[in-house]
Amino acid sequence: MAKVIPKRVEMPRQKPEERIHNFNEVALGFDMELARAEAERCLQCKKPTCIEGCPVRIDIPGFILKVREGDLPGAVEILKSANNLPAICGRVCPQETQCEAVCALAKKYEPVAIGRLERFVGDWDLARGAVIPELPPPTGKRVAVIGAGPAGLTCAADLARKGHSVTIFEALHAPGGVLMYGIPAFRLPKEVVQAEIEYVKKLGVEIKLNSVIGKLFTIDELLEEQGYDAVFIGTGAGLPRFLGIPGENLNGIYSANEFLTRVNLMKAYKFPEYDTPIKVKSKVAVIGAGNVAMDSARCALRLGAKEVKIVYRRSRKEMPARAEEIHHAEEEGVIFELLTNPVQFYGDDKGWVKGMRCVRMRLGEPDKSGRPRPIPIEGSEFDMEVDTVIVAIGARPRPLIFEGATGLERTKWGTVVADEETGRTTKERVWAGGDIVTGEATVISAMGAGKRAAADIDRFLRG
Amino acid sequence: MYEILAKESLAPVTKLMVISAPEVARKAKAGQFVIIRVVEEGERIPLTIADYDREEGTITIVFQEVGKTTMHLGTLEVGDRLASFTGPLGNPTEVEHYGTVVCVGGGVGIAAVYPIARALKEAGNRVISIIGARNKELLIWEDRMRSVSDEIIVCTDDGSYGRKALVTEPLKELMEERAEEIDRVWAVGPAIMMKFCSLTTKPFGVKTIVSLNPIMVDGTGMCGSCRVEVGGETKFTCVDGPEFDGHQVDWDLLLARLRIYVEEEKRALELFKQKVGG
Repeated sequence: MAKVIPKRVEMPRQKPEERIHNFNEVALGFDMELARAEAERCLQCKKPTCIEGCPVRIDIPGFILKVREGDLPGAVEILKSANNLPAICGRVCPQETQCEAVCALAKKYEPVAIGRLERFVGDWDLARGAVIPELPPPTGKRVAVIGAGPAGLTCAADLARKGHSVTIFEALHAPGGVLMYGIPAFRLPKEVVQAEIEYVKKLGVEIKLNSVIGKLFTIDELLEEQGYDAVFIGTGAGLPRFLGIPGENLNGIYSANEFLTRVNLMKAYKFPEYDTPIKVKSKVAVIGAGNVAMDSARCALRLGAKEVKIVYRRSRKEMPARAEEIHHAEEEGVIFELLTNPVQFYGDDKGWVKGMRCVRMRLGEPDKSGRPRPIPIEGSEFDMEVDTVIVAIGARPRPLIFEGATGLERTKWGTVVADEETGRTTKERVWAGGDIVTGEATVISAMGAGKRAAADIDRFLRG
Repeated sequence: MYEILAKESLAPVTKLMVISAPEVARKAKAGQFVIIRVVEEGERIPLTIADYDREEGTITIVFQEVGKTTMHLGTLEVGDRLASFTGPLGNPTEVEHYGTVVCVGGGVGIAAVYPIARALKEAGNRVISIIGARNKELLIWEDRMRSVSDEIIVCTDDGSYGRKALVTEPLKELMEERAEEIDRVWAVGPAIMMKFCSLTTKPFGVKTIVSLNPIMVDGTGMCGSCRVEVGGETKFTCVDGPEFDGHQVDWDLLLARLRIYVEEEKRALELFKQKVGG
């Protein structure tokens, strides 16, 4: 009977006082010794519950056993048969609500640090130069994947591994989607993202950058003129939501998308070495409390803000961000103004935001989302001094993809109608997956959708 | 791809470049724009498509060297490649047979209004063009505009060429004398010029279309950098525009938002000038 080791192995990380001055990765990862020690904690359950908790069904005890034995190539093989991008997922998956939440140890002790072990193996694989599996003979079939984010990259990689010819059309000048523009380097180093994308290219996938589908080509044209046998849409949910309150277009008020794109994709934190600027003054308010809000707040600190506040209309319990990210933000000095909602922004005589009128909230009965409805407390208005605001309250799909896509139906929220199991849309030979279907979710759920669609597309192409 | 095939100096700080971009050229329409980066570390900037050749597979851009990026662009030579080139973006001009239209181009905006005037002419409209610049040297593409106009009024602020006037003066006269005859006006140029053109036509109730030029980052609707207020509603210039009803645009907001990075722009420009030796 395996011995229970109640506590996790400590993973080294940058100290808060240091890390708020750089964009280097906060979590420093295991070395072989620490990894093996953590791998020892896995009970190798006969009926593992962890696999059920994983959106892509990684054989978790399987790869962990290999780590314990020191057989890293073996661990990679098991991991990558289910997940193409382990170095990324190990870092950004919300394991605490997925595999680790249902780990047998989780009830009484600390769950096995499955994510950290996945990251360890993924990083080791990237460092040695990812080994390309032997590819089957070309099928002669061509697939167009729209969007080089997690869903598109996964779908493309899986299809390429089946011998199909895949071209990814990416609107931006760099592939990766949210992996590149959304998640900051201190959570997900761009070198890791680039290395994972190189792996996908080595499988034979062609990535065409600066190609906006809906403008450069339409889906109809891809199918009817450009000779593609199938199309997968993985364009994500990139249209930022704004509050719709007065003053929201004042200078100094950013959508989180703009803020993060300038900082992460355009590397504004390196201005003037990089040309794109970003303006963060001293009192920053980030509206929202998801991972994007945490990322925005922590970037603002690193850009020199003296005070950064998260302003959220519900309470701590309802905050959607990963517990780990909230914890890191707190350590770094982010202040949390909970049960608070802005109602108006004020500007100075130059058109720059200088203050925000807020109202205190209380929690009422659950609303449609199942979370308690936030209700304004009458008479509780107060003014908060701010000179930079980042609105991180979510995003919806952009409508560009629907132009020239006859028969592609969308829901009233602007997402593509698609079958949950197969990714099939209402348009023949067109599949979709990820945030474009579900609305904003996670990297791993997008990857799962990409996998399921690739499997169905492969079945379809083989007749 | 994105190779510079031709380069021309149209005016002291105004250049023309022909870029190889067959897929963009295939789809480009009047009123649309591209977003380019000069180098990997560069910022993304929008530039109007001044012309396109579907057979040759080229896009022509005309730009004024006002800041670091446009100056840097101006130093590239034939054979150099741009780091990225994305398009065609934005909604094309709504070209129809309106009847009689007025096309106003200010400064480098003349190159931007040219494809619109041409498309309107091809659609059977009577085109009256007004083009203006600060002085004779800065007045570009007069011959091109003449070739697509039924009538043309050329002016310069200082009177060094054509009529001594701001473009709003002949525009006002047209409104006063011939407003009933004119079905639509297009005005393209610096924001302040488009603002005053719109204010000029407003009392006469002649619909005036402007092509807005806010700061942009992605150009595909994902960031909101380019947001403007039109008719009291927030719009994204890159996907809802770039053309809007000039009478509904909140010009003061646009002008304020264009100034967000004035300090950083100055700094970048100074550093660049030092680097290339002033």
